[in-house]
Amino acid sequence: MFIDPHAHMISRTTDDYQAMAEAGIVALIEPAFWQGQPRTHVATYEDYLAAIMGFERFRASQFGIRHYCTVGLNSKEANDEALAEAVMEILPRFALKEGVVAIGEIGYDEQTELEDRYFRAQLELAKRIELPILVHTPHRDKKKGTDRSLAVCAEHGIDRSMVIVDHNNEETIDAVLDGGYWAAFSVYPTTKMGKARMVSLMKQYGAERVIVNSACDWGISEPLAVAKTAALALESGVSPEAVHLACYANALAAYGQSGQMHESDWLEPLAIDQRQDFEGNSILRGGAEPEVRTRKVQQRAA
Amino acid sequence: MAIGNAGDEPSKQGAIQAARALLGDWLQASIGAEAGAWLAEALAPTEDRQAIDLAFGLAPRRLGKRSLSDDAERRAHAAALLPGWDPSLWAVDEAARVLIAAQAADVDGATLDRLARHADIAEQVALYRGLPLYGPQLDLHDLLGRGLRTHATPVFQAIAHRNPWPAAHLDEHRWNHLVLKALFMEISLTPLIGLQARANPALSRMAQDYADERRAAGRQVPDDLWHCVRPEDTPHTRPGQAA
Repeated sequence: MFIDPHAHMISRTTDDYQAMAEAGIVALIEPAFWQGQPRTHVATYEDYLAAIMGFERFRASQFGIRHYCTVGLNSKEANDEALAEAVMEILPRFALKEGVVAIGEIGYDEQTELEDRYFRAQLELAKRIELPILVHTPHRDKKKGTDRSLAVCAEHGIDRSMVIVDHNNEETIDAVLDGGYWAAFSVYPTTKMGKARMVSLMKQYGAERVIVNSACDWGISEPLAVAKTAALALESGVSPEAVHLACYANALAAYGQSGQMHESDWLEPLAIDQRQDFEGNSILRGGAEPEVRTRKVQQRAA
Repeated sequence: MAIGNAGDEPSKQGAIQAARALLGDWLQASIGAEAGAWLAEALAPTEDRQAIDLAFGLAPRRLGKRSLSDDAERRAHAAALLPGWDPSLWAVDEAARVLIAAQAADVDGATLDRLARHADIAEQVALYRGLPLYGPQLDLHDLLGRGLRTHATPVFQAIAHRNPWPAAHLDEHRWNHLVLKALFMEISLTPLIGLQARANPALSRMAQDYADERRAAGRQVPDDLWHCVRPEDTPHTRPGQAA
């Protein structure tokens, strides 16, 4: 049983969902993000947020995967001031929806003044409504950008246990773990973090507050990164307990602080959730139609 | 079949108010005192759109998601007030969201529409289950049209199943497409209210064409497809019958 706490499924296919379910992913988190091209209207943003907590959640449910999301203004689009102001106005309404487990992904890209302003504004929003924060660390000037993100969180008095710092690497892990934050790693085929490097880090640092994710998106990325990293870690002698923490339990503990994500959501779905079609349960269909839904994965790997 | 009979409006309005009161009492009987107090405050008449948005979103957190209490008497009363209406399978948060949406509908159509435009799947389900309670003064066809275009089965089921609104309000074209889409989505026709009363030659033809299309593709024809076909409209043979 795995959780992928960072997966942009809106950019992925049903084959990916099927493969993830077969590989043992029971829940995933879809952070609001940059779609590869700038949105230029707040209404586009609203529709995007509605989609990741609407239709995308339904798509995941068809494969027996629980879908959660985070909402936020990403660092790139924070540089469009008119858009950013409008997005900040609509965010609170989305942030309180069911299954929203954090404000994110937020932070720095180029480390501009506008990025800084909206990062801080969203930290304050998260604090006010008691949601965890998913911090995206920049791809360029990463070490300094990460340190700065941590310093700004501290300056705003954010409880460290409520902050998940993502896209870490060998250069940033010490500052994040020493600071008392959750350290997440996006295991990407070519950039960010590789599977073998991730296993080395698990061997060196253990798994306390370490979270593995795929960050699969519209680029070359791997929806099975969590499951494959877990397999390689076990093969390489990392303990099953440590793999369980890094590939399941830590993500649940960190994002579960939202009160919107519980293990029972997938282990013991309520009757009401079955009525929402989770795993294709058909109690509302009157039992009359055939059970032909080949796209649904009934059996998941343990 | 009465479709939007304007002469009935005062009595219709009375039945809707009675149905809302029944649902409110049923809901209060199904939740604890603290949740009940929150609900009473959330349902106090208001024109504050933000308060309505917030209450709509917060309902599951404040009330939980257990089912409405098992209550045969209220169930029968519901069916007597609005023929075909059956909220007995709803969860408490859904019932609350329906009443909050009804409150939005009382403000105006735009306030209800605002809820719909930002609704997640569970919220959409509640919005469409609530259709019979919004009152005859609103034109709900645009809202309904958006719901019918969904590919999310729970949303479509909220419109199609155990909901008397579509059969009472949709014109023949849209009704036929609702039924055909239910077949296409492999959703049972059995819980559709008004299936027999709204049967018509065009629907019989469409359903039989669809059956032919399924057979041509080597796919099974859903058994309950025949529930929307009138016997007098069957030039085609039914499965098992000789050609």
